[in-house]
Amino acid sequence: MTLALDEDRRRSRAIEAARRINIAVVVFLVFYLAVGLLQPTYLEPAGIMNFLRRAAPLAILASGQLFVLVSGGFDLSMGSLVTLTVIGGSMLTANDPSNTWWAIAVLYAIGFVVGLINGAVVAYLRTPSIVATLGTLLSVNGAAMMWCGGAPRGYLPDNFRMFGRFAFHDVPLIKIFPLAIVVLAAVCGLAYWGLHGTVFGRRVFAVGDNARASELAGIQVDYVRLGVFVISALAAVTAGVMLAGFGGVSIDVGLGLELQAIAACVVGGVQLMGGRGTLVGAVAGALTLTALFTLLTLLGLPQPLKETAQGMILIAAVAFGAWRRRRAG
Amino acid sequence: MFKLITSTIAGVALAGFAGGALAQNFDDPKEFQAAKDLLAMTPQGPADKPWEQHLDGKEVDTAQYKKPGPYRICFSNAGLFNPWRVVGWTNMQAQVDVLKDDIKSFTVADAQGKDDKQISDIDAFVSSGNCDLLIVSPNTTAALTPAVEAACKKLPVIVFDRGVLTQCPVTFINPIGGYGWGISTANFVVSKLPKGGKVLALRISPGVDVLETRWSAANRIFKENGVNVVGAEFTDGDNAKTKSIVEDYLNRFGNIDAVWMDAGATSVAALEAFEDAGKPYPIITGEDQEDFLKKWKDKGLTAIAPTYPTYQWRTPIIAAVEILKGQPVPGPNWKLPQPVIMQADLDKYVDDKMPPLHYAMCGCKDLPGYPQRWGGK
Repeated sequence: MTLALDEDRRRSRAIEAARRINIAVVVFLVFYLAVGLLQPTYLEPAGIMNFLRRAAPLAILASGQLFVLVSGGFDLSMGSLVTLTVIGGSMLTANDPSNTWWAIAVLYAIGFVVGLINGAVVAYLRTPSIVATLGTLLSVNGAAMMWCGGAPRGYLPDNFRMFGRFAFHDVPLIKIFPLAIVVLAAVCGLAYWGLHGTVFGRRVFAVGDNARASELAGIQVDYVRLGVFVISALAAVTAGVMLAGFGGVSIDVGLGLELQAIAACVVGGVQLMGGRGTLVGAVAGALTLTALFTLLTLLGLPQPLKETAQGMILIAAVAFGAWRRRRAG
Repeated sequence: MFKLITSTIAGVALAGFAGGALAQNFDDPKEFQAAKDLLAMTPQGPADKPWEQHLDGKEVDTAQYKKPGPYRICFSNAGLFNPWRVVGWTNMQAQVDVLKDDIKSFTVADAQGKDDKQISDIDAFVSSGNCDLLIVSPNTTAALTPAVEAACKKLPVIVFDRGVLTQCPVTFINPIGGYGWGISTANFVVSKLPKGGKVLALRISPGVDVLETRWSAANRIFKENGVNVVGAEFTDGDNAKTKSIVEDYLNRFGNIDAVWMDAGATSVAALEAFEDAGKPYPIITGEDQEDFLKKWKDKGLTAIAPTYPTYQWRTPIIAAVEILKGQPVPGPNWKLPQPVIMQADLDKYVDDKMPPLHYAMCGCKDLPGYPQRWGGK
């Protein structure tokens, strides 16, 4: 009898340890390994660095979206805010490097206001966030188009673009070190601390779990809602600055990014109804998606097949996550 | 995800379309040959005004449309969904200003890229009785055909840019088109490419006729010349995606000798991928956007800039006034020349004062409000 019990305990401890590993991390490693098998340069340090740089904007978006999702909402306005940041960046700097710093400050201020509006509409007008932020998506996109008159009007100076494009070359061991990775690490660190290390973070989980109960428990739910949308908007501006750096000015740069960010979170095990999710999961989800996109390009599949495969794999990943959670209880 | 959904819908729609009676062949040897012949022709008309030139000579009599002026012109626009159309639309408005003595009113309906909206726009124009002539820039070819046919019965119609499947308009104005683009660009790549050189083709998206024909013509020439095309990828016109794709190809093949593009919007992003990877610039075919021309000049690239000239937006206004005055116009197909910017004339088109996505082949320098109206300084 005791032997059997020991056995059980040992097994459950192993299961417990396995459970604690985020499934998205495993999925990501599998995908990345596949990428590496197809293209060995991705297994070299420089390849890994390039990959991380490419994944950085989506990982940052997912980190911001995570707060809103955990609080039980959606932020669909992220992609349009990315577009506004890129367009606004080119309009404000007018290709003059000395304008870069105040331009970035203005862009963050715009992001702050957009987040505040999202949060206020959701918190005080009691509008479902999916509707509220859909409205913001349309108006922010419209504002970006109006600002530039339908076509981007300027170039971005190099010091604006460095966050997404600059890399230190000839670094020992890793050869190149993109600045984007520093930004990514900083954002992830802040988001981790914010969600998992502060009272505010615990309240976000509480509100997402049960808003009414949180209110009765004395949490000011409205402030929490304002907070998560502001965080999400600031993340979108950050991603916008990075994407502007990586790719330059274009008017549809943000198209569909909000859904990619949500997909990344879902792959990372974040629950869409709120109350559950981890930063590690969201970031791993973003890396997984980026690895998947890379893998499909490397496979050289025809485009329609590529998109079908992309959809199937996403559904499979999400379904597996849900199944695992059910098993875990 | 959004792109995924839309392209799935597009794919399904395309499959249905291809199966129907209206199946379009994007790789038609006859069309290819016709474009080749047009490219070799010398255009007729004033050499300094290519938007008034034409390539294959025939004219249509318009005496039946003659009316006392000034005229009320209506324009049903497919939409302003890309910088090319924004530049073209600016050209058009400026051309209206030039002819303001002959034009009493210029009324516009923007279909925002929706077939159904454009069909009802055209219908509304026709039944309003406030149009002496209707200009249509169709959103899609097949869907707009019945609406244009109905309009033809009531008033003179001019169609430009994309076509319709009817000969009823007084004239259909467009440049040589996709095959011509493919021929000029592929011939350039073939002439510059080292033996066994690797070519990467970057395309915007599948299923768009003007883009499919660019690629089919280029691909035909690449095949005829045994060119090693290592990949043909869709970029969705997205800079970041373009850059990632090129990065992957550089990783995979070590080097790429030439990049062929079906449109120039992401050409600078493609070049930046070479810069960031520390690789030499490829031979590249771009387009006449200022950002690409500037890069070409600054870096001394081996490049060519084919054009799908935005000056074609001036022509319908000029034609409208001529038709209503009863003067003959080129038709029923008014083929405009489709110039290609080569190294020799690069300096003529690079202009630091114009915005990055301004199309240099706009034929707009003589128009009122240039350059501010086009966003220039």
